[in-house]
Amino acid sequence: MDRFLFLTLDGLSRGAVYAAFALALVLIWRAGRIVNFAQGAMAVAAAYVAYSVTAATGSYWLGFVAALVAGLLLGAVVDVAVMRLVDHRSPLNPVIVALGLVLLIHAVLGMVYGNEYLPAQTPFSRTALTVGGLAVLSPYDLFVFATVGVVGAALVWIFTRTAIGLRMRAAAFAPEVSRLLGVNVSGMLTLGWALASGVGALAGMLVIPTELGLHPHAMDLVFVSAFTAAVVGGLDSPPGAVVGGLGVGLLLSYVSGYAGGDLIPLAVLALLLAVLLLRPGGLFAPVTARRV
Amino acid sequence: MRSMARRGLAIATTLALLAGSAACGADEGSSRGPVPGVTDTEIVVGTHMPLTGPASAGYSKIAPATKAYFDYVNANGGVHGRKISYKIMDDGYNPANTQQVVRQLVLQDKVFAILNGLGTPTHTGVLDFLHSNRVPDLFVASGSRSWDQPDRYPATFGFNPDYTVEGKILANHVKTALPGKKVCFLGQDDDFGRDSLAGVEKVLGADAVVARQTYVTSNTNVAPQIGAFKAAGCEIVMLATVPGFTALSVGTAARLGFSPQWLVSNVGADHPTLARQLGDAAGLLDGMIGVNYLPMQNDTTDPWIQLFTKVNSEHNGDAPFDGNTVYGMAVGYLFVQVLLAAGPDLTRESLVEAVRKGGYQGPGVAPLRFSTTDHSGYGGGRLSRISGGVQSYFGPTYETDEEDGPVNEYSAPPVAPPANGVPTA
Amino acid sequence: MSATRAAAPARRTAAESPRTGRTVPTLLRHLAVAAVAGVVVLAISYQLDSFRNFQLATVAAYLCATAGLTVLTGLCGQLSLGHGALMATGAYTVALCQNAFADRGVTAGGVLVLSLATAVLATVAVGAVVGVAAARLRGPYLAGLTLAVAVVVPALTVTFDGVFNGEQGLAVPVAPAPAALGFYFPYERWQLWVVTAATLLCLVLLANLVRSRYGRAFRAVRDDEVAARLAGIHVARTQVIAFVVSAGSAGLGGALLAMLAQSVSPGAFGLTLSLFLLMAVVIGGLGRLAGAVWGAVLLVALPDLTHTLTDLFTLSPAAAQRLEGNLPLAIFGGTLIVVMIAAPGGVQGLLSRLAGSLRVRWRRRRS
Repeated sequence: MDRFLFLTLDGLSRGAVYAAFALALVLIWRAGRIVNFAQGAMAVAAAYVAYSVTAATGSYWLGFVAALVAGLLLGAVVDVAVMRLVDHRSPLNPVIVALGLVLLIHAVLGMVYGNEYLPAQTPFSRTALTVGGLAVLSPYDLFVFATVGVVGAALVWIFTRTAIGLRMRAAAFAPEVSRLLGVNVSGMLTLGWALASGVGALAGMLVIPTELGLHPHAMDLVFVSAFTAAVVGGLDSPPGAVVGGLGVGLLLSYVSGYAGGDLIPLAVLALLLAVLLLRPGGLFAPVTARRV
Repeated sequence: MRSMARRGLAIATTLALLAGSAACGADEGSSRGPVPGVTDTEIVVGTHMPLTGPASAGYSKIAPATKAYFDYVNANGGVHGRKISYKIMDDGYNPANTQQVVRQLVLQDKVFAILNGLGTPTHTGVLDFLHSNRVPDLFVASGSRSWDQPDRYPATFGFNPDYTVEGKILANHVKTALPGKKVCFLGQDDDFGRDSLAGVEKVLGADAVVARQTYVTSNTNVAPQIGAFKAAGCEIVMLATVPGFTALSVGTAARLGFSPQWLVSNVGADHPTLARQLGDAAGLLDGMIGVNYLPMQNDTTDPWIQLFTKVNSEHNGDAPFDGNTVYGMAVGYLFVQVLLAAGPDLTRESLVEAVRKGGYQGPGVAPLRFSTTDHSGYGGGRLSRISGGVQSYFGPTYETDEEDGPVNEYSAPPVAPPANGVPTA
Repeated sequence: MSATRAAAPARRTAAESPRTGRTVPTLLRHLAVAAVAGVVVLAISYQLDSFRNFQLATVAAYLCATAGLTVLTGLCGQLSLGHGALMATGAYTVALCQNAFADRGVTAGGVLVLSLATAVLATVAVGAVVGVAAARLRGPYLAGLTLAVAVVVPALTVTFDGVFNGEQGLAVPVAPAPAALGFYFPYERWQLWVVTAATLLCLVLLANLVRSRYGRAFRAVRDDEVAARLAGIHVARTQVIAFVVSAGSAGLGGALLAMLAQSVSPGAFGLTLSLFLLMAVVIGGLGRLAGAVWGAVLLVALPDLTHTLTDLFTLSPAAAQRLEGNLPLAIFGGTLIVVMIAAPGGVQGLLSRLAGSLRVRWRRRRS
């Protein structure tokens, strides 16, 4: 039982980060119908900015803020300087450009910082608090939960309660009509990119300290898990991303705790098959599937 | 419909033209002797290494260090009047890339030998190719036992002590210095973890290891494994892990309030690499026991380290100096020794014959095992401990085999490098 | 060529051709093109050094996979991030077959044909299973599922390392070149011949399929599923057929790659390969088999070219430490982005546009 509880908590704390990253993927999907395969690499780039700022100033929080700002800017730059130039008639073109961006970002980071692992700091201790002899969550885990919760709530608020959120949704779902109504559609898209990339950077800042360390490829595996989480939850649904993220986190923890790490990919495939064969649009897909 | 045919023809012609022009640029080597890669003034050697990609951390520094040592030797007149040119190819630790780059080295660049190709899965894939092209395949950078198959691959030789030898030496320490403690084992889910565990069990007995766990490099959460160790009450944890996962294991254990005695195989025990990754938490490494067979990178009194530091600053852009730098230069030194022994009439046969003759002594503290029947590299090692943030050797050097032989002390005194740092015949 | 024709897929055309009488001339035309291409490859295999022969053989092996993916993604509109895994299936099947033959003392070169056929069949079976699931999914959900497949297959080789020998993989024993060619015949040239024969067969079959009513059904499903359904096309079945055909080609490509390398290991068939295959077909030009050719060429040539390009600079040791490996990667990534922006139709799209405008100009001058 202790083992089960331990694995559950461990899974939830990793799942929270997958959820944050999946939220970023959902954001950009809702804004522009693009799966941003470069999200992981962009988050790593922001984390490197944080590393430089922290190294220069000695303050974790300055680095943290710098990462978020860098994430926002990078998202906007990628949209304006790259994605806007891409022909979106074939949905694959932006995917390929994103993959090219991944290679480019990895290479540039490798040149500037080297292909070595760099230490990634945490603002709070990662030593688990023990309750009744059982190691439960660490202060850092609580920080992660709180941050992911705040980000999720903030996004819901922005999209449902603010004018800018309404415009962003309108621009994504009915670009032509929105344009006629005077909405700056391309501006909204850029804003969507910036927001998504900012959330991605935040997720990167949260997850990299729990991984092997800061490295150009630090987010590769996280991206795969988070993408799975977003697909399981439904790419249109922020709550789906959170549920999917926590679910994938738990699954990974149970499988590697009870069965062995090598079975994880198989378990992920089984989860995807089980969910997608029952609900081809993910768990939280809108029910209005238009089929003939 | 006709356009299909025309297009097909067009593509075929373009391909032909492309390939044809490539061929013209490719070869036409000028003054090549009958031995590939060897002229009166030059020896061309190649290697495949992960310079990019997830597996490149640490390893990407090995080949530049080897090259720096060759540059140093070249600046001192070369070997039998020939300068060594070292072609480093990036394979990103992807066996498919290794296939391409090794063929490029052998078939196009016509290298004399492949030196220190890194990685078990990557290098395994080119063994047959190198063998059928009769290319000397020296000092493979991995502790797999696959390189020691003189009958099947007569020109392939290892360098690292194999993982079983390391496991036996670490287990021997447990047996003699830490008896009666609960021993647990975490290994990579491949031949590295398996061979190491086999070595441990040869010394301690099959049931002495109370908890065995494995990890896969594609999952960076080892909390389930470490949690299981804690629950099992392990006092000693032996690691057959790459550096990233050594640091991860130590960090995860600290989070869980679990502090066993760590014993780490050579691959994952380089202190500068681990400390860099752990950052502020590097203090957790204190007390960790590792095994090594080359001079300790921080021992500035060691004449080899003095030599390699000098080479590093003169020819390697003063790159950060760690265990990988020492490793790369030690490989370079051994290769120069072997080239010298092969004599001025250098051929592939004479090179392989020179390695088989054995008897080389260089920077390594343990014996090199090369003989006509043994193609494995170093056959032993010495234990190190991290204390106060400094990794240093303690106790005697041990030697053993990968079978059931005993773990013996190895008493041959270490040799000092030649005055100018270049071996003499 | 004649030896390879015994392979299983050949039966598919045999079954197909009588149904539509008009395919016979198409088949002949395709065979003629294949014969010309075969002769050209044969001729240039003598002009090239061994390494270029090997590279060309690798291009041909990748071509099977990119052509298959082109049929699936370009013609039928289904995305797959899992073709690397399908290649792995073919590669491992060939490895297991060849080892089984070698263990029983059968080392004749001809058994390779049998192994390749088995590899195609095994991949077709896997493709059918994945394809049935995939037919229900669209867009990113399909991407997610196939991505999971891409990760699972290499991982299985570690789980069942008793059969697949884990990360280290298996050796693929292949017979040497026939003695009749002479003792000094370069092995890479022989490899190129074998691979080219198999690839051309695969391409002829695919090209015929594309021209058949199946090909028309693929395009109809891609362009508008609802319209296709109204026209009486069974959409799900069509998509499964496209997936199976595509899987079979990918399996053949993987099998040929294993034969070329004489070894298989999971590291060679990771997610990166699947993503690179997709990049290759899009950059080459989606929707045309000719684009698949360019894609396969780029897969092999681009890493080589970027490396050669970086070799032109002489770097100080300090700069080399940073740039080595990374600079080629940066050039590779940058090229992808620029090509995609400048030529959204890929290389083949660009070429047809150029050819089109040239033709117009030529006609104008004549009139």
